[in-house]
Amino acid sequence: MDSSKFSFSRIGRSKLSGDLIFEVVVGFFALGIIVLAFLLFRELFVGSSLSRDTFGTGFLATSTWDPVNEVFGALPFIFGTLVSSFLALIIAVPFSIGIAVYLSELAPEKLKYPLSFTIELLAAVPSVIIGLWGIFILAPFIRDYLAPPLSTYLGFLPLFQGPMYGLSMLTGGVILAIMIIPITSSISREVIMTVPTHQREAALALGATGWETTRIAVLPYARSGIFGAVILGFGRAIGETMAVTMVIGNSPRISESLFSPSYTMASVIANEFVEATSNLYISSLVEIGLLLLLISVIINIIARVLVWRLLKVEGGGRV
Amino acid sequence: MRWNKRKLTDRIMSFLAASCVVIAVVPLLSILYTVTVNGLSSINIDFLTKLPRPVGEAGGGLGNAIEGTFIVVGIACIIGLPAGILSGVYLSEYGDNRFGRFVSFVADVLAGTPSIVAGIFGYAFIVLYFGSFSAIAGGVALSVLMVPIVTRTTEESLKLVPGSIREASLALGIPGWKTTLYIIISTARGGIITGALLSIARISGETAPLLFTSFGNMFWAGGIDKPVSTLPVQIYTYAITPFPDWHAKAWGGALVLIILILILNIGVRLFTKKKYGM
Repeated sequence: MDSSKFSFSRIGRSKLSGDLIFEVVVGFFALGIIVLAFLLFRELFVGSSLSRDTFGTGFLATSTWDPVNEVFGALPFIFGTLVSSFLALIIAVPFSIGIAVYLSELAPEKLKYPLSFTIELLAAVPSVIIGLWGIFILAPFIRDYLAPPLSTYLGFLPLFQGPMYGLSMLTGGVILAIMIIPITSSISREVIMTVPTHQREAALALGATGWETTRIAVLPYARSGIFGAVILGFGRAIGETMAVTMVIGNSPRISESLFSPSYTMASVIANEFVEATSNLYISSLVEIGLLLLLISVIINIIARVLVWRLLKVEGGGRV
Repeated sequence: MRWNKRKLTDRIMSFLAASCVVIAVVPLLSILYTVTVNGLSSINIDFLTKLPRPVGEAGGGLGNAIEGTFIVVGIACIIGLPAGILSGVYLSEYGDNRFGRFVSFVADVLAGTPSIVAGIFGYAFIVLYFGSFSAIAGGVALSVLMVPIVTRTTEESLKLVPGSIREASLALGIPGWKTTLYIIISTARGGIITGALLSIARISGETAPLLFTSFGNMFWAGGIDKPVSTLPVQIYTYAITPFPDWHAKAWGGALVLIILILILNIGVRLFTKKKYGM
């Protein structure tokens, strides 16, 4: 890919007027992307001005969500989004690293492509279908088979107390974990594959077993990239809407127990935007959208910096 | 003894890593299985061609939602594909400068935009402006998600075209822009089409951006300035009701949608696999 360093912009173009026109035309579309991003921010910023003026920073710290009396605070939703996404990470990260290590280091050569293809196929399933499956298969499964042992053996923790009806923070976290495993594992795999072969050869030459090679020579080398993949998965989890909306129970309260229903920032927008009648109500929902956008932008920037540093060397990764 | 212990650890860790893969595949298989089994029982000709009926009445289908999905995705393609592909051409051929890198960066950040935010954008930008939910608003919201994907995939496939091909074309006296349009783009055609199809597969299943842009409709589409029903939104609407009959419809819709999307995905991957021998 080094051969592609060639660029038309390096040619003197005083006589190439056709080229100039072409460059301006495609450049115009490229500029369109920046305009689009600007408009996106502008619409959300303008749309949320009423809410920002009325509630100020208290919006972030108030847990009242009362459309009747027009008092809005986003705290329960911020709480729901963060807790469900962290829960998803706790479940998904060990699996993703295991998958990435297996598919890049340990799996038989013939199985590598079909297996990674199958895992990435899950990312292609629309989230509304995952949500449908979540309502009718996953939620009852968690209620009947996962929650009882958790409350029996870990019931002394406030996390696993109270009744469990299926639609809960726990179900939301599990479904998010399922949804972010494809992205976290495939980026981790790409990062691990950029580890130079001589790293592995050195460890193997010292007599290390396959796992020891991975542990000593590969994982430390890929650490920051894997961390980036995890953060990217976190970004996905935060922005994920439909599947979570369908299984998390949609109740705006802050509870210690993972068994009680919760509500996320994306879910409240999805559920209430159409019904929102007053300007202040809509504006508050738009402000939640703005927060969501800002958080995901920041997360994406951090993740990309971490992943890029590694993948760039090898000619750019599909992130 | 020590050797055995290390060997044992190696085996255990390999086994654990392999079981991670197995466990991660279980939800996918379960989803495909339940969607197929539950969906097949509600799919028939009426389901694919008729309008929905009110709850309690037997029969009826999702014909209008299937139609609406094609309309909304079509609008998104009309906006998103040219914009994405041309931006990708800029980034690959002229983008080796500060502006190009910035565009590239913004496209990446946009690609991470939560889909619900794209919905708010469609609402604020189109619905409020025209005063009604519409297919156009849905298409615009989806194109926000589509453009960055198409841009990056186009850029990457163009960058895979060897510089020697550009040089050969220029050496024959073909102007730079013609080289790009007729030679570089057609060499990278496979990759560009792949990216476009994958982005279509991705947006076809999106629900969140459509909830308050294209909204929904119990009748056939009445024009692109009117609300239309779409498969994902219809599945969602049916899934959260308490009626078993509508649940069955939701599964049927899910099967239709998943077939459309998986055909696109698997077809594309098989095609590229053969081509690049991955």
